[in-house]
Amino acid sequence: MHHTPSGLSVPGPSRRTLLRGIGGAAALGAAVPLLSACGGDSDSGSDSKTVTLGSNSSDAVPKKAFAEIYAEFTKKTGIKVDVNTKDHNTFQEQINSYLQGTPDDVFTWFAGYRMQFFAGKGLASPIDDVWAKIGDNFPDAMKQLSKGADGKYYFVPLYTYPWAMFYRKSVFKENGYEVPTTWAQFIALCKQMKADGLVPIAFGDKDAWPALGTFDQINFRTNGYDFHVELMAGKASWTDAKVRATFDNWAEILPYSQEGSTGRTWQDAAQTLVSKKAGMYLLGTFVGQQFTNATDLADLDFFAFPEIDPSFGQDTVEAPTDGFMLSKSPKNKAGSVQLLEFLGTPEAEQIYLKADPNVVAASTKADTSSYSDLQKKAYAMISGAKSLTQFMDRDSRPDFTSTVMQPALQKFIRDPKGIDSLLSSIERQKKTIFASS
Amino acid sequence: MSTFDTNPVIPGAADAPPPGGTGTPSSPQRLKPPQGHKRLLTRKDRVALGFMAGLPTFLHIALVWVTALASIALAFTTWDGIGFGSIKWVGLQNFRELFDSNPQFWPAVQHNVIWFVVLIAIPTPLGLFLAVQLDKNIRFSRVYQTAFFLPVVVSMAVIGFVWQLIYNPDTGLINSLIGANKPGHYIDWIGDPDLNLWAILVAAAWRHTGYMMILYLAGLKGVDPSLREASSLDGANEWQTFKNVIFPTLRPTNTIVLVVTIIESLRAFDLVYVFNGGAQGTELLSILVTNNIIGESSRIGYGSAIAVVLLVISLVVIIPYLVSTFRKERRA
Repeated sequence: MHHTPSGLSVPGPSRRTLLRGIGGAAALGAAVPLLSACGGDSDSGSDSKTVTLGSNSSDAVPKKAFAEIYAEFTKKTGIKVDVNTKDHNTFQEQINSYLQGTPDDVFTWFAGYRMQFFAGKGLASPIDDVWAKIGDNFPDAMKQLSKGADGKYYFVPLYTYPWAMFYRKSVFKENGYEVPTTWAQFIALCKQMKADGLVPIAFGDKDAWPALGTFDQINFRTNGYDFHVELMAGKASWTDAKVRATFDNWAEILPYSQEGSTGRTWQDAAQTLVSKKAGMYLLGTFVGQQFTNATDLADLDFFAFPEIDPSFGQDTVEAPTDGFMLSKSPKNKAGSVQLLEFLGTPEAEQIYLKADPNVVAASTKADTSSYSDLQKKAYAMISGAKSLTQFMDRDSRPDFTSTVMQPALQKFIRDPKGIDSLLSSIERQKKTIFASS
Repeated sequence: MSTFDTNPVIPGAADAPPPGGTGTPSSPQRLKPPQGHKRLLTRKDRVALGFMAGLPTFLHIALVWVTALASIALAFTTWDGIGFGSIKWVGLQNFRELFDSNPQFWPAVQHNVIWFVVLIAIPTPLGLFLAVQLDKNIRFSRVYQTAFFLPVVVSMAVIGFVWQLIYNPDTGLINSLIGANKPGHYIDWIGDPDLNLWAILVAAAWRHTGYMMILYLAGLKGVDPSLREASSLDGANEWQTFKNVIFPTLRPTNTIVLVVTIIESLRAFDLVYVFNGGAQGTELLSILVTNNIIGESSRIGYGSAIAVVLLVISLVVIIPYLVSTFRKERRA
């Protein structure tokens, strides 16, 4: 209300403004319940004929493959699967609030520590009843990966894929290279490739996670699976001489790794393998996505990361596993259990693998006859492994790997000489992070 | 202000059926004629007013104050974001950890400062220069104006993405042109901590120049032409006119420019986040906050502590500005 200099108010227009203001306020007031409705339950999923499912497979190929599995499930049981797909990274970033709010009945997730974390927080339901039916379909290593810290099952694995050294058969044949199995052979091969004008090891760490995979390989080859697990769990010390030995080995192959790696994406690094400029590349089998030409893809092959300490050999394989979990209070529990049981069958896995040839089935019962050579080899590698790891950010606390390890490893790659102060810095930060919660 | 005040009077007077003189109510009221100006507000009006003042106040308190104070409180706790029961009071531990053992914290503070210094030192004078040139009504001035201002219209995320393509070590424009994309010759614009901050600042300055140009251009349009005339009559050359006459009259614009640049350098985030995710060499406080809070098993307490540091820095900058502005207003 404004007063004119004479001390009189001017009511006419102010009344109008008032009314307009009321209109605006009313509109706002109306918007508030609307907003809150967004967070509320939608009743569509509460009937017994529908199961809701939150999915992170936003890429076209896996999305379609999953849709085919659900269609088959609906055909069999008459239960509809209502899929709610979110962008892969967004799904991961929002998982905390998603699981605490009103999550879908079933959701896609990763095996290992990352699954156990939410199980331990009571944000997932145990599914021992499902495993009573599907247990025979899986090898022991998969069973271990699907259990929470309390020994109950929380996870149904669908597919898995190994990390390994990828190379092009034609490049090895032309230059007369042989697949190295020991560290000495590996170093010699790197030297030879460099002399031949190739980039021995393609490398791209712009997104900061690929280096975690390199560390994993060198660490469990140098120190063995048990120490690796202890280190990931925050029990072993990062200033231990064993960790230092891992980094010394890494520093030995850094001169043979592609330069400028912290500015390069993994896709660009993979392209140097596609174009035969690089000799080898350490990555998961999803590197095959970059080989868009069928003859190039047929030329792609891989070998297990070479042995460093003979007492550990090549017994550990890094094989991240993706699958499904049941949320804390599913609206349609019976239907969700049925769906999870179906997802744990070889049949469901085969439907998926037909559409996505870069991965292999988690079940040993799945039919392997339709596998490509690469898939067969990956399958043999995983089933022959003594121990399976997931990936550093799946085996350890994600807050530790993303805020401490990712920047630390990028730093190491650029400045391997500063390793000692780097390791003590990692250890200091690790202690406070693992002490919390 | 003056137009704002006088404008409503005119339609108001036109609306009121009896163009009453002083003392008579100008609104068509069926109730008894009010005596004092207090009575001019009916019950309904007061409810409506209360509602109008109350709702924004409520929203402001809930969305600004409560959240800000909550994050200050959280800075003294550890919390993984799951259930309120898991909030644990840890006192100053987050800050101690931040100042002593976080290898990214001090570089981040330093980079925020560099960001500000560079924006003030390069794009701001450049923007002023361009504005002065465009103010001379040269030919195609509209075209230049649009061209220089376009980067400001584009979102920061898009700018980051585009420049990231230009700086790409293997296929980027720069390395391809100078032949630095072969083994042994690599220039890692994005990853090298000695280079990447400057590489990003080029992109930031590119955008900021246009922004500053528009602000100064608006300021220059408001300069009284007679000042120029008088100064040229006094025999001052162009530079002297600018230095002694025009620039001093741009004082209010300079204040806005300073504040805008400080804000830009404190909130710098999206460009870097898209460019290289705040890797070594380009750490910024805003990115540290995001990395610690967003994501699974988030460190909300620790991230809040970084946010509080950012808040304190902002206050240190903003409070003197507000104090001087209020003082000036009171004087006027």
